Amino acid sequence: MQANTIEAMAGRFRNSNGRKARPYTKGRQASQLAKAEIRALIGEFPRRDLLIEYLHLIQDRYGYLSSKNLAALADEMRLAQSEVYEVATFYAHFDVVHEDEQPPPPLTIRVCDSISCQLANAEKLIHDLERASMEGVRILRAPCMGRCATAPVAEVGHNHVDHATVQSLTEVVEGKHVHPTIPDYIDLEKYRASGGYRLWQACRDGKYSHEQILGDLEASRLKGLGGAGFPAGRKWRIVRGYAAPRFMAVNIDEGEPGTFKDRYYLERDPHRFIEGMLIAAWVVGIEKSYVYVRDEYPAIIALLREEISKVQSAGLADHLEVEIRRGAGAYICGEESAMIESIEGKRGLPRNRPPYVAEIGLFGRPTLENNVETLHWVRDIVEKGPSWFSDSGTKGCSGLRSYSVSGRVKNPGVKLVSAGITIRELIDEHCGGMLDGHEFKAYLPGGASGGILPASIDDVPLDFGTLQEYGCFIGSAAIVIFSDQDNMKDVALNLMRFFRDESCGQCTPCRSGTEKAVRLMEKPEWDTELLEDLSTVMTDASICGLGQAAGNPINCVLKYFPEDL
Amino acid sequence: MNKAIRFTLNGKNIEALEGETIWQAADRKNIRIPHLCHLPQPGYRPDGNCRACVVEIEGERTLAASCLRKPAEGMVVRSDSERATRSQSLVMELLLADQPSRESAHERNSRLWKWAETLNTISSRFPTRDHIERDLSHPAMHVALDACIHCNLCVRACREVQVNDVIGMASRGHHAKIVFDFDDPMGASTCVACGECVQACPTGALMESTRVDEHGIDKTPELMEVDSVCPYCGVGCQITYQTHDNEIIAVQGRNGPSNRNRLCVKGRFGFDYVRHPHRLTKPLIRLDQAAKSGNDTVDTANYRSHFREAGWDEALDYAASGLRQIRNEHGSGAMAGFGSAKCSNEEAYVFQKLIRAGFGTNNVDHCTRLCHASSVAALLEGIGSGAVSAPFMAAEESDCIMLIGANPTSNHPVAATFFKQAAKKGATLILMDPRKTQLQRYATHTLQFKPGTDVAMLNAVLHTIVEEELYDKQYVAEHTEGFESLSKHIRGFSPENMQDVCGIDADTLRIVARKYATARASIIFWGMGVSQHVHGTDNARCLIALSLITGQIGRSGTGLHPLRGQNNVQGASDAGLIPMMYPDYQPVFEEHPKARFEDAWGTSLDPDKGLTVVEIMRAIHEGQIRGMYIMGENPAMSDPDAGHARAALASLQHLVVQDIFLTETAFHADVILPASAWPEKNGTVTNTNRQIQMGRAALRLPGEARPDWWITTEIGKRIGMGWDYRSPSDIYQEMTSVMPSLNNISWARIEHESSVTYPCAAPDRPGNDIVFEDGFPTHGGKGKIVPAGIILPDELPDEDFPMILSTGRQLEHWHTGAMTRRASVLDNIEPEAVATLSSQTLQKLDVVPGERIQVSTRRGSIELVARMDEAVPEDMVFVPFCYAEAAANMLTNPALDPIGKIPEFKFCAARVSAA
Repeated sequence: MQANTIEAMAGRFRNSNGRKARPYTKGRQASQLAKAEIRALIGEFPRRDLLIEYLHLIQDRYGYLSSKNLAALADEMRLAQSEVYEVATFYAHFDVVHEDEQPPPPLTIRVCDSISCQLANAEKLIHDLERASMEGVRILRAPCMGRCATAPVAEVGHNHVDHATVQSLTEVVEGKHVHPTIPDYIDLEKYRASGGYRLWQACRDGKYSHEQILGDLEASRLKGLGGAGFPAGRKWRIVRGYAAPRFMAVNIDEGEPGTFKDRYYLERDPHRFIEGMLIAAWVVGIEKSYVYVRDEYPAIIALLREEISKVQSAGLADHLEVEIRRGAGAYICGEESAMIESIEGKRGLPRNRPPYVAEIGLFGRPTLENNVETLHWVRDIVEKGPSWFSDSGTKGCSGLRSYSVSGRVKNPGVKLVSAGITIRELIDEHCGGMLDGHEFKAYLPGGASGGILPASIDDVPLDFGTLQEYGCFIGSAAIVIFSDQDNMKDVALNLMRFFRDESCGQCTPCRSGTEKAVRLMEKPEWDTELLEDLSTVMTDASICGLGQAAGNPINCVLKYFPEDL
Repeated sequence: MNKAIRFTLNGKNIEALEGETIWQAADRKNIRIPHLCHLPQPGYRPDGNCRACVVEIEGERTLAASCLRKPAEGMVVRSDSERATRSQSLVMELLLADQPSRESAHERNSRLWKWAETLNTISSRFPTRDHIERDLSHPAMHVALDACIHCNLCVRACREVQVNDVIGMASRGHHAKIVFDFDDPMGASTCVACGECVQACPTGALMESTRVDEHGIDKTPELMEVDSVCPYCGVGCQITYQTHDNEIIAVQGRNGPSNRNRLCVKGRFGFDYVRHPHRLTKPLIRLDQAAKSGNDTVDTANYRSHFREAGWDEALDYAASGLRQIRNEHGSGAMAGFGSAKCSNEEAYVFQKLIRAGFGTNNVDHCTRLCHASSVAALLEGIGSGAVSAPFMAAEESDCIMLIGANPTSNHPVAATFFKQAAKKGATLILMDPRKTQLQRYATHTLQFKPGTDVAMLNAVLHTIVEEELYDKQYVAEHTEGFESLSKHIRGFSPENMQDVCGIDADTLRIVARKYATARASIIFWGMGVSQHVHGTDNARCLIALSLITGQIGRSGTGLHPLRGQNNVQGASDAGLIPMMYPDYQPVFEEHPKARFEDAWGTSLDPDKGLTVVEIMRAIHEGQIRGMYIMGENPAMSDPDAGHARAALASLQHLVVQDIFLTETAFHADVILPASAWPEKNGTVTNTNRQIQMGRAALRLPGEARPDWWITTEIGKRIGMGWDYRSPSDIYQEMTSVMPSLNNISWARIEHESSVTYPCAAPDRPGNDIVFEDGFPTHGGKGKIVPAGIILPDELPDEDFPMILSTGRQLEHWHTGAMTRRASVLDNIEPEAVATLSSQTLQKLDVVPGERIQVSTRRGSIELVARMDEAVPEDMVFVPFCYAEAAANMLTNPALDPIGKIPEFKFCAARVSAA
């Protein structure tokens, strides 16, 4: 075509706003170079469900998730960019950095600002750390790290520092101690030397039937110790009743503020849980187990990797494929269906039920989801007989309970005692009493979710179902003790901020409700009527336990501590 | 068997059907339960996130989302209890806290505000969130997330319904946010502007830009609605025009059989071309002093250099007399007509009747010649019918979908949604194309074979099926002929022999062959990557053979489906707008059909096959054809070697062009007749699925423009046809008398049902989606397997022209761009001519993406912008043919497939350099 013709033609269609053709196809392009780097990191055949693991690989390698690398990851995984992005931005431990943004400093200190650490002056620690302005370090607030007995706690890189001070943290930073400290625990050899895996061997040798183990479990009245308290034996039986293939998800996403019992057991005796898991898989007929560990427990991830691999090498787990999954900073993933979503590599959004995960769980298959401590007791229950466990309770309650105690007591920690103990007994007989100069005023019987009880209600057995009439529940048995120096309005606000920050955002009552609640609770005067309305809709209409429990702090302060308002 | 579940709702005994939710059962009983995140439309699963639909179930601790919850026998449910309604209202109050006020609402009549009124909750006591800026980056859609309620309907719309995968819900908790890709501005994202999100949004957070003022507030809340069908591609999406003051403000998808409310960017946002200032509104007659030349161009905004305005009588008389004169002086053979697959069935029919009965020649053709002529030839030869054997929705029932030489995400975007959904649900998707097209994300196997090696690849697949005895022996014996010769023929085509030829390793070829042959139901879809070759008919023969030897046809989820290009290419072909066939594919050269039509039309007819599109251009150059009537076609842009075609058009003694714009073809006209755009007329069109659908006028005709059927009728009258068609339905009535395919499908029925599939066995029964359940409409009833040998592309790359030029289409632009380049949104998204090349090729050429390049072939040279696109294989340049200023067809090779007479648009030798 002649030049003047081209000009004439072009003129005919020249756009009024002078737009030009895009040099690239629509949207952000994945660069070939970045794709090659990501491929080297994640392999040739990426799996959709490992998206979060891949994000960890990139975050660990580069210190953050650049748009460039995320686009390359999406391309390599044949996923939509938005699918990668929404997962990357859901979890607190990923730093997404756009093209026009600065990457974060090389080192991050996360300081816990949940309730037990707050009682131990975490707020001042954060303030002082920010003023200290260490080179190449950023200070972030983070929710409960499961070390409430040694509050305040901070994490430098992946190294958790108990009783943290500006000075101790500065030393850790300067010493570049950014890796987790692996505790001294009972490893496979020691565990076997003391009779470990004999029960499992006996199961394999046909000395036990599936039914015997199920019977023992049911007779023991062991309940799910993640907080819901569903009878463990019955759960196993239900999942067994659905058609194979079946999966298992082990919940080590201990995130309820004040709870640290799972970490406690895993740091000391991990094989007790592993043996329980192997037996559970055998009884229920499970092909694959996903062990989901919160990212706040890096030492446990490391030691479980080590020990599970030893168990596999020893030929103890031939019936079961085990995959360890690393959480990424989201309390909600402790909710069983949210955990399943997370294991599938998605955002941790709890599912509406029914259907229950026992029927339709991981990858749409029947799934046994157990808390790690529930599995921890399987061996003892079978070896010692179910009544050993069931008869351990007191005041009409049954079983042993691991109370995580923190707050204003002399000896906080995990207290393995009879279920049904009262708060008074727990404080006086197991925690050395209140701290000097502190008078017992109130307590959380079940972490942030379980409500707040006044010291006057000190004779109720602490167990599943006993606190309902007081508007509270025991949940994971995270007991936080408050004293006369603590204002319950402030405590409630701290709890509500936790819920706001950890809400998945899926349903209106929780996403919007927790945000509105914080704003209303930050005001000097509470609008009682409005807060009650808010609490009602959160409790009644939220999808999952987080939203349904988020109103508890409001209700309890209004009911038990009107003088603090 | 549906088992009813009895439960109590608000004190009433209700029966829910099995699988129904509480909300659905309630809705069926006219019990209204509020709902925002639940959209009771096809493709939208309930999600239960907004909690506006919560109900109280006796014995349960918390309320339940009725949109998700299924009732159980004996369940006692209340949606009207104090507890339930309190939460419903509080949910609304929480959402309203963060909304713009009703007065400043983006959409005052949104579903949100309607429910707010119903719930008597139109204000909120709760503190409001921080201000959120609008995103005005997209030319078609207004994004105002201050009205977002996080219901994620747009995410489901984008990800699950259209599977375009752009929108996500990022972050969490109260920071949760609707994002495009990585929280990019919508206009800079991978958004393909299907607008499904806009259609789904219950609040006005996402709206058509045309509906809001500069403050983002609804400016035309009351819109008139007219149901019709989309004028663009062969999918045939049903639409509803929303008009105001004789102007289309918005278009919504309707629940048609082929689109289920879905649309693409063209069908939703591509309509303002009808009001473009270039629109022809008066008949034009060429000035005596305006000499014709193939290179000539006319300024469409100011045509007075070449044309003068005329009245209809003068123009029609002039048009008709010029044609009549040529016929009288040079005989019928000097005449030819191009109809259009953009016009209605009635217009196609009356046009071909005019050429055949009025001018006495079969020289009538249309753009089907340029798209699927070879497919149709092979299909007629093999299975006795040129139409699809199953609709594309059959992909839903298929276990294995083979898609070859088609890029449906651009060219059949709504059909593509069905393929993507099927693949996501677990069907095997085998994608075969030299370009690694967008569907590869969903494909199980992506076979990026070497351009032009279709037969080698497909023969290797056939070889595997025969060698490994994966064919259906019983089906082959009962329903086919020619298997023996095929099995002999393909002996030499083992995957191992063919892998270097086609570039796909033998293992993959074998795996794909096994999957296709052994799946319970396999289906094949193809596009112009198959047909537009000199071996196009052979390509299609291979596909037909695949389906016949495996018996993957005639059952649910199986079949052969060439994805038809134009909205009415099926209908126009059915109506006889092809040179060798009368309506319903009755051969013009056979005595019986000829006699029948002579009888029906009351005149003697031409006994010889007519010339095809490209042949007609040649015949003009040769002086054989002197007069043409072109209705709605643009051969100056669409024909191969367009320079040659333009010279031909310019050399005609008399050219009548009937169109809505002064097209590149009309530059050379003697008389131009201003015609009707699709939204201005009534008529039926037939989509790729054999669904005859009703188009209805929503706008008045501009100026003196007239419906195409009227214009053709008037010309007919002037050459002595004595016609008296007063409406499209008159013409349709006549068609039913000569086209058995329309049996049981009356005009009234289509008007009533909007869509009826042919063939159809009874007036009160739906048409047959799947055909050939028991044999084929061939002589003997058997499918004919025809072996295909390897024919090389006509023009191979060499030293002078070392690259391959392939042409095709773009999502935003329709064909030659006459309509879409005048549609503001579409032109805004793709404003300039582009060629796409891979990063490797660009590097080799030392060209930076966005720079201008020159693409040359032996026939011409164009200049346009280079766009990087990794889908394009190395050493190929892909050029869409919609850009007049860089017309791809100036470059293409007019070599024809010997049987289908289709040009080789998909392959010629080219040279590319920085401009």
